[in-house]
Amino acid sequence: MSEAQIRNLEEIFEQRIARDEKIEPKDWMPEKYRQTHIRQISQHAHSEIVGMLPEGNWISRAPSLRRKVALLAKVQDEAGHGLYLYSACETLGISRNELYDQLHSGKAKYSSIFNYPTITWADIGAIGWLVDGAAIINQVPLCNTSYGPYARAMIRVCKEESFHQRQGYEIMMTLCKGTPEQKEMAQDALNRWWWPSMMMFGPTDDMSTHTEQSMKWKLKRKTNDELRQQFVDQTAPQADLLGITIPDPELEWNEEKGHYDFGEIDWDEFWQVVKGHGPCNKERLSARVNAWEEGEWVRDAAMAYAKKQQDKKLQNVG
Amino acid sequence: MEKNWPLWEVFVRSKNGLEHRHFGSLHAADAEMALENARDVYTRRNEGVSIWVVESKHITATNPENNGELFEPAQDKVYRHPTFYTLPDEVKHM
Repeated sequence: MSEAQIRNLEEIFEQRIARDEKIEPKDWMPEKYRQTHIRQISQHAHSEIVGMLPEGNWISRAPSLRRKVALLAKVQDEAGHGLYLYSACETLGISRNELYDQLHSGKAKYSSIFNYPTITWADIGAIGWLVDGAAIINQVPLCNTSYGPYARAMIRVCKEESFHQRQGYEIMMTLCKGTPEQKEMAQDALNRWWWPSMMMFGPTDDMSTHTEQSMKWKLKRKTNDELRQQFVDQTAPQADLLGITIPDPELEWNEEKGHYDFGEIDWDEFWQVVKGHGPCNKERLSARVNAWEEGEWVRDAAMAYAKKQQDKKLQNVG
Repeated sequence: MEKNWPLWEVFVRSKNGLEHRHFGSLHAADAEMALENARDVYTRRNEGVSIWVVESKHITATNPENNGELFEPAQDKVYRHPTFYTLPDEVKHM
């Protein structure tokens, strides 16, 4: 194809998106659109999969059967979300194995939030309330994104996500109504999870490199700062209701703006964790790689069995 | 021997009386495992009463590049629609 032809196709493509038409797997798309989507959808899938690890830590130690079945169901949902997203990503012409390789080799990123440890039961409450709360704010606009398979996967994900946040908030509520030690635990979890949750919206708008292009392709409907503001406005009253304090001395309702003001994020910490130096980066990745490598014989056995059954069937027909 | 699990497309009937609809895809070693995985991945909340799986490679699809010649001819055939025909108001239901 000549450059002029490609430019023409690109123009038609951008117009389709501007008209709110969806792009489907076999449609022509600019290479950059394909690559950007592979990057974002796979990062999202990896985050769901790695996200199972910090919570999985507490399944065997959940304080009651009610909490345990809920946590199990939540972690199973995360696995499901990962699978929806991986298969959406595969429609762009990359194989599942390539995607796994990118995660396991460290080439692909996943959400930095999962590189923090879950050291008390209250962390499970804080994750549901804050981390899933932030995730919902990030994800809801994606139900309307331009790439059909991604949008369909996100609709499914968002439907299931609200139980996650509610079960987390209920855990926090129960702890805050409990003994002083339990309330202290809830406060401690909020102290540790607040800033990492704020970082989930990514760099500030003036530092964000992908925003403009992503807005055009409807991979983003609001900027990082707008989403972060929405999170603060929504979460601050919920903390008040729990009777615990968000660890930000500058957090204050601004009547004039109709929004909360809040303090500066420690961006050094953010970049440290993104670059692999968070408290659990190594542990998470090695748990994931081990699971994959130690499961190899199971995957091979399943294929060998399938082949044998197939051969038997053919023999019977013959 | 091929070591990677092949890709399967999953179709779910949400309730009797409705058709099976495409829900997504997944990897599995064989059809039986594809059904079991589909049950866990796509019907955790009573989304279905019946599941079909078909290996993705068996699906033949039209190419969007040919959409013009394939689908546009239907656009100017208004006489295929009931509103094309003029009837007197006295004919109430037809």
